[in-house]
Amino acid sequence: MIIKNKTIINDDWIVFRLGEKDTPGSVVVPPGKVIVPLKVWQAQRDVLQVRTGLGVWLASDERAEDLKSDIENFSVIAVDFPKFADGRGYSIAHHLRTRLGYTGELRAIGDVLRDQMFYMQRVGFDAFAARADKDKKEALKGLSDFSFTYQASSDEKLPLFRRIQRGGGL
Amino acid sequence: MYRYDQFDHQITAQRVAQFRDQVYRRLAGELTEDEFRILRLQNGLYMQIHAYMLRVAVPYGLLSAAQMRMLASIARKYDRGYGHFSTRQNVQFNWIKLQDAPDILTDLASVEMHANQTSGNCIRNITSDEFAGVARDEIVDPRPYAEILRQWSTFHPEFAYLPRKFKIAVTGATEDRAAIAVHDIGLAAVKNAQGEVGFRVLVGGGLGRTPIIGTEICDFVPWQHVITYLESIVRVYNEYGRRDNIYKARIKILVKAIGIEEFKRRVEADWQFTKDGPCTITVEELNRVAAFFTAPDYEQLPENDAAVAAQLCENRAFSNWMQRNVKPHKVPGYAAVVLSLKKTGIAPGDATAKQMDAAAELAERFSFGELRVTHMQNLVLADVKQSDLIALWQAARELGMATPNIGLLTDIICCPGGDFCSLANARSIPLAKAIAERFDNIDFQHDIGEIELNMSGCMNACGHHHVGNIGILGVDKDGEEWYQVSIGGAQGNDSSLGKVIGPSFTFAQTPEVIARLLHVYVRERFADEHFIDTVRRIGHTPFKEYVYAAPIEAAEGLTGEEYALLAAPYDTPLYAPGV
Repeated sequence: MIIKNKTIINDDWIVFRLGEKDTPGSVVVPPGKVIVPLKVWQAQRDVLQVRTGLGVWLASDERAEDLKSDIENFSVIAVDFPKFADGRGYSIAHHLRTRLGYTGELRAIGDVLRDQMFYMQRVGFDAFAARADKDKKEALKGLSDFSFTYQASSDEKLPLFRRIQRGGGL
Repeated sequence: MYRYDQFDHQITAQRVAQFRDQVYRRLAGELTEDEFRILRLQNGLYMQIHAYMLRVAVPYGLLSAAQMRMLASIARKYDRGYGHFSTRQNVQFNWIKLQDAPDILTDLASVEMHANQTSGNCIRNITSDEFAGVARDEIVDPRPYAEILRQWSTFHPEFAYLPRKFKIAVTGATEDRAAIAVHDIGLAAVKNAQGEVGFRVLVGGGLGRTPIIGTEICDFVPWQHVITYLESIVRVYNEYGRRDNIYKARIKILVKAIGIEEFKRRVEADWQFTKDGPCTITVEELNRVAAFFTAPDYEQLPENDAAVAAQLCENRAFSNWMQRNVKPHKVPGYAAVVLSLKKTGIAPGDATAKQMDAAAELAERFSFGELRVTHMQNLVLADVKQSDLIALWQAARELGMATPNIGLLTDIICCPGGDFCSLANARSIPLAKAIAERFDNIDFQHDIGEIELNMSGCMNACGHHHVGNIGILGVDKDGEEWYQVSIGGAQGNDSSLGKVIGPSFTFAQTPEVIARLLHVYVRERFADEHFIDTVRRIGHTPFKEYVYAAPIEAAEGLTGEEYALLAAPYDTPLYAPGV
C-alpha cells in the first residue's frame, strides 16, 4: 500500500536494492514491475531499456541530471530518503519536475514520514511509500497541514504575492 | 511595522495546529523522540539541562509594545518571570513545559509572533540593523526586504532539512551593525551608479568551531532578484554541503572546500533557470510591504533641545548616558535610545516580565509604540524626541535599564552557558557577572572607552567570542571549567577574528587577566585610540607577555558557585515516553 494522489492504493512495484555483494553491472534484475537503482540502470541500460514497466530510484547523493536523456524510459521515478533529516531529496525532486520537466509518478521511498510529507508534496512528489511501521491513514493527514504557502514550488508555480491579492499597509 | 494579512494569520495558525498535534502524538508515544526532536526544534523548542527552552523569533529585531507585553505575559504565565534576549534578536524562555508549548505559540500568534524555524537545520530568523529606518548612515531601509525574505524562508519546502542551520542578516547602512560577515549569507543593500537598489552578497561567514569571515559572491544583485539568487545559493548548499560530519556541515566549509569561484559558478548556473522567473519580486509586492515601514508622524523640531543641553552640563550621570546610550537620528530633534540589559549583577540580555511591560510602556510614551532588539542583547527605542530624553532617562533608570555602558566593557555579549545550555563546556553568565563586578566603576569604563567583550560557554560561539575585541571561550579540561582568552576580534565593517593569547585560565583568574589586558592597553594607547586599534598596532605580544609575566593569583573567594544561578529543581520531569 502506498499513498498516491492523496489516496491509499495497492502497489505492485518492487523497489530493487543492491545487496552488499552485488555490483550494478552484473546483478540480475528480477522480472516484473521493478524500480531499479540509478547505478543499475546506467550499467545495464542496453538490456533494461527494452523492458516496459520499469522504474528507477535515485539515492540522496545522486543527481537528477544523470537521468536527463533517459526520463522517457520510466513509468515511475523514486527518490530515496535514507533518513528523514536528509533533505537532498527535496532538491532532486525540484530538479526532476522543474528542470527536466518530468511529469510521471514521483515517489518518495525510505524514511518517509507524515510530518515531512507536506513539503515533499510541494516539491513534486505525488506518491509516498510511507514507512511500513506507520499508519497510512494517519500519514495521509500530513498532506493537508496548510491551506496557503508563501513560495512557488512544483505544486504552485507562483509565489503567494503573484497568486492572490494580499493585504496592504496601514 | 509589518502587520499580518489573512494569509499570514492562517499560515501561522495552521502551523500552531500542526505542532499541537505533533506534541499530542509525542505525548501519546506515537512519535519517538528522534522523530519529534527535529519537529520541535523547527518550532523553537530545545531540551536544555533543566527544562525545555522556547526561542521566540523577533523578525529583524522589531517588536510592537503589544508584542513586548505578550512576551511579559508568557514569562509570567509559563516561565519564571523573565526572558533572555539573544544575539540573534530572539527571545528565549528557559523554563518551559512541553505540554504548554502549543498554548504559548497560540498566545504568540494572537500578536503576530511565532517561533518558526528558530532552531533546526533550516533558514533561521533573519536579523538586521537595530537602527534600520532611523540611522543617519542608511542607504536603503532593509526592513521591507527582510520581511519579504522572512516570508520566502518560512516553511520553504525545499530547505527545511539542510545539512545544518542557515543564518541570514541584512543591513542597509554604511556601517554594518548586523554582523553580516559572520552569517551564512550577509546582505548589504546598496545603490548602483544609476541609483537602483541591489544587494552586495556575502556567503560562507560564520563562527562556531571554524570561524570564517564571509566572502563576496556578488557585488550587486538587483533587489528584484534577491529571492531567486538566495534560492540558488541555498539549493547548491543543500545539494553539495557535507552531511557526514556535523562540524563540517555549514555552508562556510563547502565554500572553502570548492572555492568561491566554483561555488559562484554553480550558483549562477542554477540561477539561470529562475532568474526573471515567477519568483522575481514585483514592484507591487515591494510597495505593499514597504508601506508598513513608512516614517511615523515626526514633528518638526529644532536639531538640539535646550533643556537637554543644560542637563548635559550639570548632570554627570545624564551626560554619561547621553554619551553612550543615545544615538543620532536622521530626523532633527529625534534620537534613538538604547535601553541597557547589561546592568552589573544581571545576566546579560535578561529582562524580567516587569521590565518588559515597562519597556512596552516607554515605547508607547516615547517611541510610537515600537521597540527593537539588538544583536548586542539590548533594547532600542528608535524614535525618541530629544525633549523627552530627560524623562525617558529617569524612567529607564528606575527600571534598571539606563546603565551608561553601551559599547563599553560591561556591555558583554554572553550566551546562556553552562547554567542552562546542554552544549556548554563552562558557565558564562557567572563569569560575566564577576567581570562586570570587578570593573563596575563607570568612570573607569568610560576611560577605557569602546571595547567589546564577548563570551561563549562552548565553541559553538553563541556569544560571538571570535569577534570580541576580547573574547572568552569556556573549555572543558578533565571535567573542570577553564577559559581561553583571545584578543583582536572585531565585528562590523572591519571584521576580524581574535587570536588566543595562550594557555587558558580558571574562573577566578579570568577577571585579573582582563585587568592585565586593559593595563597594557592604557600603557600603550595613543590618545583616543580604541582597544582594538591598539591591539592591531602593537600586536599580541605585549599583551601576552604582560598577562603571563607574573603568576595570576585567584581572587580570594571568587568561585563560579558564588555566581551560579540557582539550578532550581524542575517540578515536572521532562517527558520522555518509553525511556
